[in-house]
Amino acid sequence: MSAKDEILGRIRSALADAPVAPEVPREYRKTSDMGEAELIELLVDRLVDYKAGVDVIDAAQIPEFVAAKLAGASSVVYPHGLDTSWLSALGESVEQRVDAPGARLGIAELDETSAVVTSSAVSVAESGTIILDGEPNQGRRAISLVPDQHVCIVPVSSIVRLLPEAMPRLTITRPQTWISGPSATSDIELERVEGVHGPRTLDVLMVRGL
Amino acid sequence: MTQVFLGMPAGGQGNLFETEPFPKAAHRELGNTQMRKNLRHATHTIRDKRLNVVGELPDWEELRDAGSAIKNLTMANLEERLEEFEKNFTARGGVVHWARDAAEANKIVTELVKATGSNEVVKVKSMATQEIGLNEHLETEGIEAFETDLAELIVQLGNDKPSHILVPAIHKNRTEVRDIFLKEMPVVDPNLTDEPAKLAEAARKHLRKKFLAAKVAISGANFALADTGTLGVVESEGNGRMCLTLPETLITVMGIEKVLPHWEDIEVFMQLLPRSSTGERMNPYTSLWTGVSEDDGPQNVHIVLLDNGRTRALADRFGRTALNCIRCSACMNVCPVYERTGGHAYGSTYPGPIGAILSPLLTGIEVEENGSLPYASSLCGACYDACPVKINIPEILVHLRGDDVDANRDKHKIPTQMDLLMKGGSWALGKGKNIGLLEKALPLGRLVSGKDKKIKKLPGIAAGWTASRDIPAPPSKSFRDWWSDEKESK
Repeated sequence: MSAKDEILGRIRSALADAPVAPEVPREYRKTSDMGEAELIELLVDRLVDYKAGVDVIDAAQIPEFVAAKLAGASSVVYPHGLDTSWLSALGESVEQRVDAPGARLGIAELDETSAVVTSSAVSVAESGTIILDGEPNQGRRAISLVPDQHVCIVPVSSIVRLLPEAMPRLTITRPQTWISGPSATSDIELERVEGVHGPRTLDVLMVRGL
Repeated sequence: MTQVFLGMPAGGQGNLFETEPFPKAAHRELGNTQMRKNLRHATHTIRDKRLNVVGELPDWEELRDAGSAIKNLTMANLEERLEEFEKNFTARGGVVHWARDAAEANKIVTELVKATGSNEVVKVKSMATQEIGLNEHLETEGIEAFETDLAELIVQLGNDKPSHILVPAIHKNRTEVRDIFLKEMPVVDPNLTDEPAKLAEAARKHLRKKFLAAKVAISGANFALADTGTLGVVESEGNGRMCLTLPETLITVMGIEKVLPHWEDIEVFMQLLPRSSTGERMNPYTSLWTGVSEDDGPQNVHIVLLDNGRTRALADRFGRTALNCIRCSACMNVCPVYERTGGHAYGSTYPGPIGAILSPLLTGIEVEENGSLPYASSLCGACYDACPVKINIPEILVHLRGDDVDANRDKHKIPTQMDLLMKGGSWALGKGKNIGLLEKALPLGRLVSGKDKKIKKLPGIAAGWTASRDIPAPPSKSFRDWWSDEKESK
């Protein structure tokens, strides 16, 4: 008998008493009616608590803020679907590398890249969570992982209050990364310390009118 | 490890047993005052954090109700859910393997690693692989496994054993961690301080090259979503993302109970889990993958679905809800027993209140010293209150104590002291007349009490009671006698 057949057989005999499958009560909050200003305030509060850098700006200010955030970087990678006008104010000292289908950056190359700029799919204000789901303006998982600084654009229109409100906006079968602050650990005396293997700097640009 | 098979079906193997009686192990661990100090500090820190973030959610109890019901629903239809998961994961390019027990899982993983030609792997923290002793097995096969979670790294470098399911090195403080790093890391700054941020940085430097060069990664999974074939790993440091993204081959080992029916169910568990485990509103990183994604991440993706005693636990209708556990560790963080003895006293990979029920359910109450685990509790119920999926741990502990008594009853030809006490108790408490008769003899107890009117030593197994406290001498007259005298005099 195959292992699968045997395990499924064991499950059947384990459940010989036919336990009742319960109705799932879903009385938890599924929707909220928080206004834009409050959503922004809540998300900023959470991200600051996680020690992320946060700026709330207008769409026209993106190039200027991206350039300011990358002032110390020598190179930046961006996904091929990113609006390149966002990088238009970068100085010549910052080398721009695009990661595109058929022209992928290798791991070593990414390791030598100072920073990454991506957009994001949806953000959950209550928990301070930014979700990337691999859309062309967010790119492969590796590009937002290996460089040590992540500049992430969060369109204000993509902010929701609750996690259940974010679910319908996700394509679950795409590779996803949910980000809540820069990499951190609580492994020493259960105290949170920021900065381990993932990007140690997370700069969030929350953009009104986007 | 010796195993006793008493005809029980399909018990789990591996690091799942209490290997010496809990009171004996606890007694030894209690002597480690440094560890007790470290544990007290850590568990109290996390208790306050958890209460704060749980208190923020007005619908916490509703989320617990949903989480508990989703898990019960999963277990009731486990066969269908697993078949559905296999179909969807396979359709997206993943390969599903089934393992009856630890040995079979270890063999499957070994063959998969060998097929890649690699002789080293990077690992994301995983309870399932800890349970089956995968690292030790790989070592015998000439494959080196590198733990990448900071706490697992501390344990691995220190040749130590994990003592907590979330923070395996919880029993070490920062100075002890610094000392391990200085001694065991091949390249390390000799002036390394014990600041947690500096220690984290040392771990980053130590593992960076490994991550970038790794060909094979091994992970666990926090959940599998049946209706999409998606797997998820919840983590903090980014070591998980490194392992799940950069290597060519990814092998995940997951217990069969981790499957969830619908992908939307993560909206419940991703609210319950981080708040219950690290006391954060959300953990820094969560990764989800569905089979193979062209051009993104590992192209050779496997999952090993592990039984190893889970179907044994499922067959116990009073204990099966222990399988609902999402490994958050809230129960151990609030447990007064765990706080003092630490995790090593429980023997198994799963310590604390959940371990005291899970280990015997997976492997059998009669195996090794498992029978001592259900008594490692004062039944205060703090674990039940803290559990995000409402596992009634105290109730299952009592059920397993019953199993332990039943398992031992047949072993003795002559009734034990406990048997006699219980028989006597049942006679005495069975009828009012009987207890009245017994109380007539109570004043005799005054004869064995000293001048200070205290009984200091009881005989036989009752000596356990007087080992740390005195019993006041009984009154010269029982309440029953006093009451009937009062009535007569009126």
